[in-house]
Formats: sequence, C-alpha cells, structure tokens
Amino acid sequence: MNWLTPAMVDLLVEGFSETLVMVGASAAIAVALGLPLALLLHATGPGGLSPRPWMNRPLGLLVNAVRSTPFIILMVAIVPFTRLVAGTSIGTGAAVVPLALAATAFLARLFENALREVEPGVIEAARAMGATRMQIVTKVLVPEALPGLIAATTVALVSLVGFSAMAGAVGGGGLGDLGIRFGYQRFMPEVMLTVVLVLILFVQGLQSLGDWLVRRLSRR
Amino acid sequence: MAAIALSRLSKRFAPGAPPALEEVSLEIAPGEVFGIVGRSGAGKSTLIRCVNLLERPDSGRVEVLGQDLMSLDEAALRAARRGMGMVFQHFNLHARRTVAENVAFPLEVAGMARAERERRVAELLPLVGLEAKRDAYPAQLSGGQKQRVGIARALASGPRILLCDEATSALDPETTAEILALIRDLRARLDLTVLLITHEMAVVKSVCDRVAVMEAGRVIEEGPVFDVFTRPTQPTTRRFVAEVIGHSVPPGTLSRLPQPGPGEARRLVQVLFAGPHSTRAVVSEASRDFDVDMNIVSGRVDEIAGEPFGVMALAAYGAPDKLEGALGWMRSLGLHVTELGEAA
Ligand SMILES: Nc1ncnc2c1ncn2[C@@H]1O[C@H](COP(=O)(O)OP(=O)(O)O)[C@@H](O)[C@H]1O
Ligand SMILES: [Mg+2]
Repeated sequence: MNWLTPAMVDLLVEGFSETLVMVGASAAIAVALGLPLALLLHATGPGGLSPRPWMNRPLGLLVNAVRSTPFIILMVAIVPFTRLVAGTSIGTGAAVVPLALAATAFLARLFENALREVEPGVIEAARAMGATRMQIVTKVLVPEALPGLIAATTVALVSLVGFSAMAGAVGGGGLGDLGIRFGYQRFMPEVMLTVVLVLILFVQGLQSLGDWLVRRLSRR
Repeated sequence: MAAIALSRLSKRFAPGAPPALEEVSLEIAPGEVFGIVGRSGAGKSTLIRCVNLLERPDSGRVEVLGQDLMSLDEAALRAARRGMGMVFQHFNLHARRTVAENVAFPLEVAGMARAERERRVAELLPLVGLEAKRDAYPAQLSGGQKQRVGIARALASGPRILLCDEATSALDPETTAEILALIRDLRARLDLTVLLITHEMAVVKSVCDRVAVMEAGRVIEEGPVFDVFTRPTQPTTRRFVAEVIGHSVPPGTLSRLPQPGPGEARRLVQVLFAGPHSTRAVVSEASRDFDVDMNIVSGRVDEIAGEPFGVMALAAYGAPDKLEGALGWMRSLGLHVTELGEAA
C-alpha cells in the first residue's frame, strides 16, 4: 500500500467529490427538466390528457435524437453551447452541461414510461370526480407514479456515474479521470483498481438507496 | 322531471367504424335503480360515460337533473360531475393513498378544507362498513372492500346520482350480492338515482327497478324488470333472461321422457307463473278438467324485483284436442306458455 500516500488520498477525495458534483448537479438539472418534459410527452401523446400529435411528435423526435447520439459525440458537438452556458468548455462545471443534457433526454423517456404505468382508470376516476387537468397531474399522475419516477432516477444516476467518467477524460476531473491518468498513463494499476472499487461501491449505494425508497413508497 | 334524460345519443369512435351508440334515448326517474344490460361491446360503458361526458356523443342531448350538460363550459361541467358519483369495475383506487385519503379525494379536488374533509370521511366510512380500514392501503383490501371504498368515494361529495359501470363484475357472487345490497340500501337512505351497467342479468334481477337491453349500440328492449323478465320480446333479451331463470331443460332429460301412447300426443311446454295465478294449482286443475297427464320436468320459484315468479317445464300427454284445450286454459289465466319443441 505504499502508493496510498496522503497526496494520493487527497487526489482520490478530490476525484470523488468532482464525480459527486458532476453526477449530482446534472441529475438535479435532468430531473427538473425531464419531469416537465415527460409530463408534456405524456399529456400530448395518444390517449393523454390533451392529445396534440403536432407537439408530441417533434418533441419525441428531439428526445430520441439526443438519446441516440453517443455521449462522447454529444459532448464535442455541443461545445459552443457549453461555452455559452458555463463560460468554458473544460472542467467539472463545463462537464455538467452535456451530462445534464444527455440525462434530461434519458430521464424524460424513463419518466414518461413511469407515468404510463399509472392505471388509466385512476385518471378516468379523477376526471369523473371533476378534477382539473392540473389536479390530475399533481394529485394523481405524479404521486401514483412516484415509485416508478424514483426507480427511473436511480437508473439515470447510475448511468451518469459512467458518463461522468467519460466527461472526466476531456477535462472534467472526477474519479474516472483519476483512474485513467494514474492507473493507465502512469502505470499505477492499484490506483485504477481503487477507483473502480470506489465506483462500484458508489453505484451499489445509489442502487440500494433507490430500491429502498421505491419499496417504501409503493403500496402494492 | 327525469333525473337523467338521454335523447338520441349517437357515437362513433372512428369514421366508418360501427356505431358504439346509435340514437339511444332513455329517461331515468329520480330515485330509481335503472339497469342497462348487454353483451360485451354493446356500448354500455360508452353510454354511461356519456352521462357525465367522460365521452362526448357525436350528437344528441344529455340532461342531468334538468341541466343540459353538452352546453356547459369546462368549469361548469366539472361542477356538474361533482354532483354525480361513479363506481368502476376495477375500482380505480389510488394505490398510494389510504382508504381515508381515497375517499377524501373528490373533496380535495373540490377544495374542501382538511378538517372538514376528515369529518366527512368519518361520516362516510361507517356507511360502507369500513371504519376499521381507514388507514389501510388498497392492496391490503379484498375486492369487496375495495369496491366499498369506491362507493364511499363516489358518494363523498353528496351526489344525487350514482353511476355504476360493471361495479360487481370483478367480484365473486357472494361479494356481488353484498355490494348490490349496499347499493340498494344507500339508494334508499341517501335518496339516490342509480344508473347501473352490467352484463349479468342476475344483477339486474336483484337490484334494478327498470332495465334497458342494449345490442350493437342500440336499446332493443326496455321496461320494468319484472315485465322484461317475464315477457321478453327480443331474442337477445330471451337469452339474457334464460341465464337467470334457466328454463332450458337438458336434452338428455327430454329424450328420456316417455313417448305418447296410441291416440295420444305429447307437448313440451314451458309455463311462466307470474302475477295473481302464480300460486294456483294449475297443473292438477288442468289434468283433472282436461283429462291430460302432466309430467313436471323441471321447475323453480324465484323472486324478481320483489315479485314471486315461477317457471316450469311440462311434458303433457293426452288427446290432441284436450291438450290444446288445457294449454289454452292456462294461457287464459295469464300464464305464459311457450312451446319447448320436441327434442331429438
Ligand atoms: N375509446 C374507444 N376507442 C375506440 N373504440 C371504442 C372506445 N371505447 C369503446 N369502443 C368501441 O365501442 C364499442 C362499445 O364499447 P363499450 O361501450 O365499451 O361496450 P360495453 O361496455 O358494452 O362492453 C366497442 O365496439 C368498442 O370496441
Ligand atoms: Mg363496459
């Protein structure tokens, strides 16, 4: 363990906190943007609360386009946009922009699926009881879909951990970056191994937390 | 004034598709339990969904408690919907709300304050016998209990009208009987008008005052339940009625009946006893007065909409003119005598 110097520990801690920032910030943005997007997709879709094909189709296409672009290409392709938003195209802050964009599209679809799992009958009952569309969204759709929404967020968080490692490779920092710089470029396989172990534990933790929440929230 | 007046409702879900509703007109009087029966796909759900405009008919008029619903804007329509409770086949409860929270939902939607909601829920749960389950979640309830929650929820905002779409179709026969008894009881206590849809004639028989039979989007027969059961005019209605009062005789039984002797004829008939003569000793009188032999193949007594009612399958033997006379005499008493025909 002679490689685990205080300096290396500092690097690991720093890498982990950068990963946390990238994953946390982009997930927060993705949830904030992805949920309204999913609600819009759900409402305007066939059989939705207010079907509007002219709105639903382009929106769906856009989401799919972002989702099907490989992340590494997306990251490079939106550099001008990243600069506009973050003021720079390198560093942890800049990495959040493409991560958030990719995660928003990803989550919008996952959220939409979770909303579709809500029994149409429950929505119909709410309509029969004189609920407004807004009440149906806030009092029926979202609360009933909550376990599914949480499960989707967990999936997104786990994927974000992986994507953030890629973002690290282009100057975003984080654990992935650390692993590549020390483990690969400086031939320190122990560092690579440590990084991988930390990432595995982190992902496991996220997944367990997510599963626990879903279990607690669903009343089936 | 009718509680619900539907006039000439037509609905087609797609151009060129067969109509889900075709010129359906019905009037439901205040306080009655009105049943609509029909096979799956007959248009029953579409019809009941037109009453609160969950489905908008292509043409026609929907009047509830004197209000023309089609002319209302969205806000007024929502208010009108709060005056009608609806109960569903699959209960449609919120899985993540407790019993009390489910029942409170329509009150919440109407903007009632929490304290008042809780007071109201505390009144409603005993009505359906679920006080002990107030904090349970739907997954912890039996089907019958879930439907009780559905009924309490439908009644929460104090509606005058209760719409039930196959409310008992997901329940076993015993639970069905319980829920129907509850609906009848609540109808009387809360002065409700009930429109009830079902594919089971047994439900109509036990709970409805009047019934309409639907087929292919149209009402093909309509009337007081007792009349429709005892004097069905349409083949579809006859089949429905047969489900409940089961007048068919197994072919094996018919083939084992003795053949008529020389100079004799045999007639197989079904006799419906209803009204004043339902308790008269018709069979023995007929055999005595007309010199015929009557073999009772099957028979049962039942009650429809609270009136006694019997059905009997008879094999009658005798001289052809005597047989004719006996059956004619039975008809003259107001009994419904129909030929069962000869089984091969
Ligand atoms: N939302 C819908 N879209 C298209 N067709 C429908 C819809 N709802 C009902 N139908 C059709 O209308 C007819 C009547 O259906 P429904 O009213 O549900 O019948 P029932 O309740 O008597 O079984 C059926 O042929 C059904 O397929
Ligand atoms: Mg139906």
